Amino acid sequence: MAALTDLTIAQLTAALAKKEASAVEVADAHLRKLDEHRALNAFITETPDKAREMAKASDARRAQGQAGLLDGVPLAIKDLFCTEGVQTTAASRILEGFVPPYESTVTANLWKAGAVMVGKTNLDEFAMGSSNMTSHFGGVENPWKRKGDNRKLVPGGSSGGSAAAVAAYMVPGSTGTDTGGSIRQPASFCGIVGLKPTYGRCSRWGVVAFASSLDQPGPLARTVEDSALLLQGMAGHDPKDSTSAPLPVPDFAAAARNADIKGLRIGIPKEYRVDGTSPEIVALWSQGMEMLKAAGAVPVEISLPHTKYALPAYYIVAPAECSSNLARYDGVRFGLRVPGKDLIEMYQNTRGAGFGKEVRRRILIGTYVLSAGYYDAYYKKAQQIRSLIARDFKEAFEKCDVLLTPTAPTSAFAAGEKMDDPVTMYLNDMFTIPASMAGLPGISVPAGLDKDGLPLGLQIIGRAFDEETMLRAAAALEQAAAFNLRPAGY
Amino acid sequence: MSLDKDTVARIARLARLKVADEELAPLAGELSGIFAWIEQLNEVDTKNVEPLSSVSDVTLPMRADKVTDGGIAAKVLANAPGGAVYIDPADKNAGGFFTVPKVME
Repeated sequence: MAALTDLTIAQLTAALAKKEASAVEVADAHLRKLDEHRALNAFITETPDKAREMAKASDARRAQGQAGLLDGVPLAIKDLFCTEGVQTTAASRILEGFVPPYESTVTANLWKAGAVMVGKTNLDEFAMGSSNMTSHFGGVENPWKRKGDNRKLVPGGSSGGSAAAVAAYMVPGSTGTDTGGSIRQPASFCGIVGLKPTYGRCSRWGVVAFASSLDQPGPLARTVEDSALLLQGMAGHDPKDSTSAPLPVPDFAAAARNADIKGLRIGIPKEYRVDGTSPEIVALWSQGMEMLKAAGAVPVEISLPHTKYALPAYYIVAPAECSSNLARYDGVRFGLRVPGKDLIEMYQNTRGAGFGKEVRRRILIGTYVLSAGYYDAYYKKAQQIRSLIARDFKEAFEKCDVLLTPTAPTSAFAAGEKMDDPVTMYLNDMFTIPASMAGLPGISVPAGLDKDGLPLGLQIIGRAFDEETMLRAAAALEQAAAFNLRPAGY
Repeated sequence: MSLDKDTVARIARLARLKVADEELAPLAGELSGIFAWIEQLNEVDTKNVEPLSSVSDVTLPMRADKVTDGGIAAKVLANAPGGAVYIDPADKNAGGFFTVPKVME
């Protein structure tokens, strides 16, 4: 048998079921990888004791014939999910040392399915960023490097630690959250699969809030089938999240095992052919279409006229919601407190010291666009444009069943590149944000390498609450692209 | 749209964020750059377009209006940065207080 850390989640659960390995052995093998690759800084908190304890309980369940869907599978959890009794920081100084007295619904669902937590992964502070460089706990290193160039590359963000941990074989899967591309873009940068579900599919309860109308938890894994298994474990209606959809959880894994896409109509949005996209990505996009066509799908050129406005509209909506959500960090009930001469000064000192530069920038933008006299010009305008974007997708889905697009305009960049101008950094999410604005599901599938030897992903966008068709197309793309490369040394 | 130093200082005050004086000018520059880029939204005619209120077509259920938890004051107060004061130290779930600097003289 291959090394336990090389197995996919589907293979691991099969090996555990056949008693070829115990959950404790599986946990230990992965914990050794955490030791080995600590220099990547993928984790903020490692939880080896908890992992062994959970693995032991998993073995006991299995011995009694009560194993769940993910029993004994080691997972890394983005440090944005509250985990009872385990520090949860959102990668911010303001939450350093915060130990939640409750468990998020998504992680609770995963533990109910038998999964084992090995630690909490690094991210951009409050999930605001596309490089993982805004973390208070330092950046994360992408396990991939350019050929003949030893410079450290970023893993993307905000779920950078979650993506790097999976790409470096420290865990077979992890959780992330995606507000504007925070699962899909790091998955593309790290050569793995990242799935953002339909808004409302996974509960946001217990996930540190950034932009509540956009935030959505989802999985990162090395195969489409594994991402489907994880989604199945995470999803479900939750009365504690008023925006959680009261829908049954389909058999996502079965959908991912069915790569039959004969006759499936694949929409190619012409507005995604934009300047600034690397020619290699444009070429890969065409190859992806050819692959799906060879598998029996039908390409359809479609139009999403308001695509270019999604990004600037997002940079009104997301900061506005962020400024409102982050008002709770006041130094009174949890997190950092920096004293002041009175209450107001205590708030100001606490928030001034506790938030990093990008978070501060977004709070200021959000406060400005929501301030008296500007609401209609900015927030209302952005929400109107969001209606138009949602309408574009609705009309497109009358002509096609899924969309195929690039995931990100470039491959992974070096730490320090693109850091001078915030707008340049924001452009990283140009292909992922439109689907976020419309609440649609999207998945990034690794499809090839660029000339520097770095992975590139393609994105499949599905109809709302039709992750199954999206997974089918993703599985077909995965089979055809046959991306089975791993970063050197991992 | 260009923001000046005074505007940044005003928003920072509204957001209860301490920003050092020497950071106001560079921040004004950065934010002005972002707002200049956002200006392109004015190209879009949004007359008679309803602002999006929900991305979901699914009807979300109402829940019964009743208390579903409580009696967990110790958990609520567990992370209090200034420490907590309990009504009854022998029964921390009986209730308690967060502590803040003096608000009234």
